[in-house]
Amino acid sequence: MKASIIVFPGSNCDRDIAVSIKKLTNLEPIMVWHKETSIPDSDLIVIPGGFTFGDYLRCGSIAANSPIMKDVIKKATDGAPTLGICNGFQILTESGLLPGTLIKNDCLSFLCKTVSIRVENNQTNFSKKYKQNEIINIPIAHNEGNFFANEDTLEKIKDSNQIVFKYCNQNGEVNNETNPNGSIENIAGITNEQGNVLGMMPHPERATCEITKLSDGENLFKSISEFLL
Amino acid sequence: MKLNVKIMPKNGVLDPQGKAIENSLSQLGFKNFSEIRQGKIIEIDIDADKDQAINIADEMCKKLLVNLIIEDYEIIFDREE
Repeated sequence: MKASIIVFPGSNCDRDIAVSIKKLTNLEPIMVWHKETSIPDSDLIVIPGGFTFGDYLRCGSIAANSPIMKDVIKKATDGAPTLGICNGFQILTESGLLPGTLIKNDCLSFLCKTVSIRVENNQTNFSKKYKQNEIINIPIAHNEGNFFANEDTLEKIKDSNQIVFKYCNQNGEVNNETNPNGSIENIAGITNEQGNVLGMMPHPERATCEITKLSDGENLFKSISEFLL
Repeated sequence: MKLNVKIMPKNGVLDPQGKAIENSLSQLGFKNFSEIRQGKIIEIDIDADKDQAINIADEMCKKLLVNLIIEDYEIIFDREE
């Protein structure tokens, strides 16, 4: 079983996620350059974090039009499990695979810290190993992580139970004070309607090894591994 | 045909950059102003007549230049043309 990690100019979390996948799943990570036009046979597609194309125009907008993305869109629309983290989340919204978009943090500064997020939906293939409403600690590192969607889109996202993670504090409280970047309803991660595509701003791959003293990201990879068995 | 695409944040979409500029101008002592929004202008030279150029620029906006969830755009021609 294989996981295809799409690498763009400016991707910088591709190797980290490969390490996490290798350590915690039954998948063999393979790197796929963005200029390729088709993804090799694989069971998971990953769009890693970074600053693709220098964040020019809008974060993720140039990468969303890279040659490989036609096949990513096709396969994800056909149901392929697809995970986008940070800049990967931005690329997924820019490519239309996920609703809404990510705008500049309302605090106007780059945020690099560990935050608490609450598992809002543990019924997805990415979150099954977590408990419902579990509070986990995962690092964020972004300048444009402020999730925005118009009212109709937001209603749809809520009605279809697409919100997977929300920013909170250690006690699980979700409010303005526990919202690091201004995201609508503290949204930190969502799936598409079908549930096979997950985008999230926090970096689970940075919470899977002893060096970071964080391990709460492990269950995301274990969830993926379990459902692919 | 030279044209400009003017891209602005949609009304109602938070524009933290506009807000920061507003705060800074206030600190400089400027008064009697409000509603600062920051957008961008993209210059393009399209090898086509005006009508065609508008259509092409419009397609460029929809496919890449503009995120219609958060931005509005306007295609503007230089005065001399």
